[in-house]
Amino acid sequence: MKKISLFIFSTALLLAAGCKKDSEFLDVQPTSILTNEQAFSDPAQVLSILADLYNRQLDFSGLDNGWSSFADFSESFPSENGSAGIVQRNEWGFNEWGTWDYGYIRDLNLFIERATAAKALFDVDKARFLAEARFLRANYYFEMVKRMGGVPLITQSLLYDFSGDPTYLQYPRAKESEVYDFVISEAEAIKNDLPVNANEKSRATKAAALAMECRAALYAGSIAKYGATTPQVTLSGLEVSIPASMASGYYNKALNAAKEIISGSAGTYALYNKKPDLSENFASIFLDKSNNAESIWVEDFKLKSGRVNGFTVSTQPRYGAEEEEGGRINPSLNLVESFEKLDNSFAPIPTSDGAGNPLYYTNLLDIFAGRDARLGGTVILPGSAFKGRLVDIWAGYQLANGTIVTGDDRGAQKILPGQSSSVQVVGFDGPVSNKEFTAQTGFYLRKYVDPTPGAGSRGTNSEIPFIRYRFAEVLLNAAEAAFELGQPGIAAGYMNQVRTRAGFTIPLTAADMSFDRIVHERRVELAFEGHILYDMKRWRLAHVVWDGNKMTVADLLSNIGTAAKRSTQPYGLLPYKYYDPASANNGKWLYKVSLPALVTGANRFRLGNYYSWIDDNVRANNPKIVKQPNQ
Amino acid sequence: MKSYINYIALLLTIATASCKKDNYDPPTSKLTGRVVYKGEAIGTEYDQVRFELYQDGFGKTGPIGATFAPDGSYSMLLFNGNYKFIIPNGQGPFKWKQTAAGAPDTMLITMQGNQQLDIDVTPYYMIRNPQMNKSGGNISGTFKIEKIISDASARDVESVSLYINKTTFVSGANNVAVKTVNGNDITDPNNVNLSVAVPTLTPAQGYVYARIGLKIAGMEDRIFSPVVKIDL
Repeated sequence: MKKISLFIFSTALLLAAGCKKDSEFLDVQPTSILTNEQAFSDPAQVLSILADLYNRQLDFSGLDNGWSSFADFSESFPSENGSAGIVQRNEWGFNEWGTWDYGYIRDLNLFIERATAAKALFDVDKARFLAEARFLRANYYFEMVKRMGGVPLITQSLLYDFSGDPTYLQYPRAKESEVYDFVISEAEAIKNDLPVNANEKSRATKAAALAMECRAALYAGSIAKYGATTPQVTLSGLEVSIPASMASGYYNKALNAAKEIISGSAGTYALYNKKPDLSENFASIFLDKSNNAESIWVEDFKLKSGRVNGFTVSTQPRYGAEEEEGGRINPSLNLVESFEKLDNSFAPIPTSDGAGNPLYYTNLLDIFAGRDARLGGTVILPGSAFKGRLVDIWAGYQLANGTIVTGDDRGAQKILPGQSSSVQVVGFDGPVSNKEFTAQTGFYLRKYVDPTPGAGSRGTNSEIPFIRYRFAEVLLNAAEAAFELGQPGIAAGYMNQVRTRAGFTIPLTAADMSFDRIVHERRVELAFEGHILYDMKRWRLAHVVWDGNKMTVADLLSNIGTAAKRSTQPYGLLPYKYYDPASANNGKWLYKVSLPALVTGANRFRLGNYYSWIDDNVRANNPKIVKQPNQ
Repeated sequence: MKSYINYIALLLTIATASCKKDNYDPPTSKLTGRVVYKGEAIGTEYDQVRFELYQDGFGKTGPIGATFAPDGSYSMLLFNGNYKFIIPNGQGPFKWKQTAAGAPDTMLITMQGNQQLDIDVTPYYMIRNPQMNKSGGNISGTFKIEKIISDASARDVESVSLYINKTTFVSGANNVAVKTVNGNDITDPNNVNLSVAVPTLTPAQGYVYARIGLKIAGMEDRIFSPVVKIDL
């Protein structure tokens, strides 16, 4: 009996417990997925969502998207056997540099919508998060408009209703000017929600928004002004090209945004000026992570965090490298010779006297003396040091009769005439023709190459940041905008600040200012920072400078500092040691201009390259997308 | 060892069994022709002047794109059916008919077996009677420039160039030597003379290929004369 009652009781208990509604019973919250409300309840959590969005920003050159993103456009020679295509092709494909990441735009839009709806966040946190997401969205639209021209402006998440008719989701391309206007107006709208803090580098700040606005307005202004010279690069709906009448409006906006940063109202930014050696100082802008007042917004890296970059592994000088590789970027003579002399004049690197006789130098570095300090800060020159060790760049011996004695391996040895034992006849850094990782143009890259011990080893890598916006560029933007607005005196003032830091003592006057000066200054100050393609595009110089014709040495050495100068093949400058025991010049250095043997192509920028190819799939899915011109 | 043989036998069986015919026959109809002005082919640069064919009714629309050969010819292997042919705006040293809205106008092509079809265009200029000769260490070219379009849309000659190369690909990108004269410096368009020195060729060869290219102001693609082989 007792057993039976126990049995009945326990059955009743079981039934009662099982008497939940099915829907209730099955509706279990997953433990691995957060709802939107949960995800947007805690600032730390929101920041981690935002971190993913920061990570997905696109750079033209980035320390983590491959050394070759720095190597093109005849500014350098790629010293890696597998990458010779860069100097052997005769043109760029129409699809180069394209981007169409509307998945990213959608995630940004969703973030903005969800953060707006979040109830548990403090208003101040919420405002900052929203401003950051809008900054990232505007910056990506800026990246798109630079590459593709006008693109569909989608500012909310789109949802398909499965009705079988997706036409309501098909947006046409906005005008090119409308995308630039969007970037500018977003920057204005969010700048006061972002912190004013010059020490905040990796998250968006007021200065970052203003720097973006400044650059975007400058680009739009120059496309409006110089687009008039290429009437073929237009679309009737203005998805590509901006009417010339809008130029001065944009230049004004660029100048005002720059002034707001320069005035200090967005934080105390200044040109980096910590080291007495000006070349060292220039190189340090890109290496110094502590209190660097120059950088405004960076893509940051951190050792032992998993987020490091291998750029130094790829580009460190080969001799003494921490891995059996390096040296991939060899800056070209085209770039090196464009660094001015300190009297503000342009001249080729002096290899011979007026009669054509070679000039002999006691020290390797002497030939580069008296030039812009940025040369030594951007390029590792023969005879200079990296990490306290001299690089060993020299191409061989030249004998009295003009014969060259050189080797086909790094540091190869041979017996010189009249000697009995063999000596080293070529540097351990080369240049050896066709030998990858050696300095085949006679130069290595210095900018962004990290001298920290371990930075060049694959197991450690480097934590130097990639600078997306910096103060010197803001000054140059201001100079260009002022110049285009007919204020050459003000333009010279801004430009002189940058030039003083580079060691120039004679300031440029208003009369010195010219379009060529603007083009030149940006090329040397911002080399290897991902600017040259966009600059040449917006000035509509790309099809002139990279016109597909091979360069002669005469082309190379003439018209230095001229904006429209052809630069289709990367030349080198190779040092040779003179060997003639009877001569006073024995043991001195002479230099020869030479085209690396692998360079067989000539860069050709076709009119169809101004705006990158829109994929046929995109256009098939959305017939409202019009095709780019000249493709 | 035996299991190996079993595996191989199995693979072979699968491979043979899968050797069925594809679902579709390959395209067999050949469309060939040249881009011409009044029956005369127009020389172009290799891989630069694009044209596009579209075929509707098969899902996504996308072009079947190709380029004209240096001698102005083209060829495509197609399925039978109806196609639309265009030359995109900005392509070629010539004018292709446009719609009132400025889009390239279509030409309808019906494929039913092989077809030879010349594409009629209106070039801005024609290079007439090009004569190329060797004289000493130089190659000289003589020709006449004939202006074809002389209405409001006429364009000037920006420059003319004589190119020589070791292979039959001869253009601004592919040459061993080039001589260029600006349009303003041409005194008599009926008798233009260009001369270029032949550089040392490595490896040595006893001939070069030459052709003349004419750059039209504001147009990207040059118009070329036929490639000529010249024995040195």
